[in-house]
Amino acid sequence: MEIVTIIFVSGGLFFFFAATIGLLRFPDFYARMHATGKGDTLGGFLIVLGLAVYNLFHGGHGGFDLASILTSVKIIFIAVFIFLANPTATHAVFKAGLDSGVVPWTKEGSR
Amino acid sequence: MRLIATFIILFVFWMVMAGKFDLFHASLGIISCLIVTFLSGDLLFKESRKGRGKEVVRFITYIPWLIYQIILANFHVARLALSPKMSELINPQLIRFKVNLKSDISKVTFANSITLTPGTITADIVGDEYLVHGISQPVIDDLLSGDMEQRVAHVFSED
Repeated sequence: MEIVTIIFVSGGLFFFFAATIGLLRFPDFYARMHATGKGDTLGGFLIVLGLAVYNLFHGGHGGFDLASILTSVKIIFIAVFIFLANPTATHAVFKAGLDSGVVPWTKEGSR
Repeated sequence: MRLIATFIILFVFWMVMAGKFDLFHASLGIISCLIVTFLSGDLLFKESRKGRGKEVVRFITYIPWLIYQIILANFHVARLALSPKMSELINPQLIRFKVNLKSDISKVTFANSITLTPGTITADIVGDEYLVHGISQPVIDDLLSGDMEQRVAHVFSED
């Protein structure tokens, strides 16, 4: 089952990597919100899921007993809270930017 | 009925978190869950109206489709970020559009779904008008095709 964990965690790392590159390359505040606000949601979810799978078969007292299942359920709860909190926080930061009058970058405006 | 359901959900959550099933931990859980149910039992199920069960079932079938969309759109944004021709591919813009959703809960579900799928962020909802920021033309076209809105409307029986 290590191979599943490796696939999930490296997939998560790929999305974190793309989010960081996007943060550096996108033109303005709003476009950068897209890169970090969302890449983190799926990236974090995949990493946490990989850890839950690993813990299910190697945690507890030798793997796949009640203790490891319960710990994996708790790890999955972290993923659920990431999914709830991340869009809300992204929206809040975005709205704050709009309210304080940061002008969005557009293709037409740059020419 | 509402209080009993709240108590059962709280107690199951307690048991999962505690991880110990002996009498001592169970009785601690029962006491705490009773106190919480007594103090704030009306928070979890605010109004009891018909068709709640159907909404929950439809919402659970909506989640896999949403996760599929999130993965697809994440690949799109990752490709944009890593592409050397990024400045030609992206086309950030704010768009306004009207939706036909009626209740608050369906509007919030739709707004959070928009924000969860990468490439689009809901900035504001005024009445039934949404202000959405999209990063490139394909994700905006996807959103304006109304597919996601129809699915949300179906979940809350508003289609």
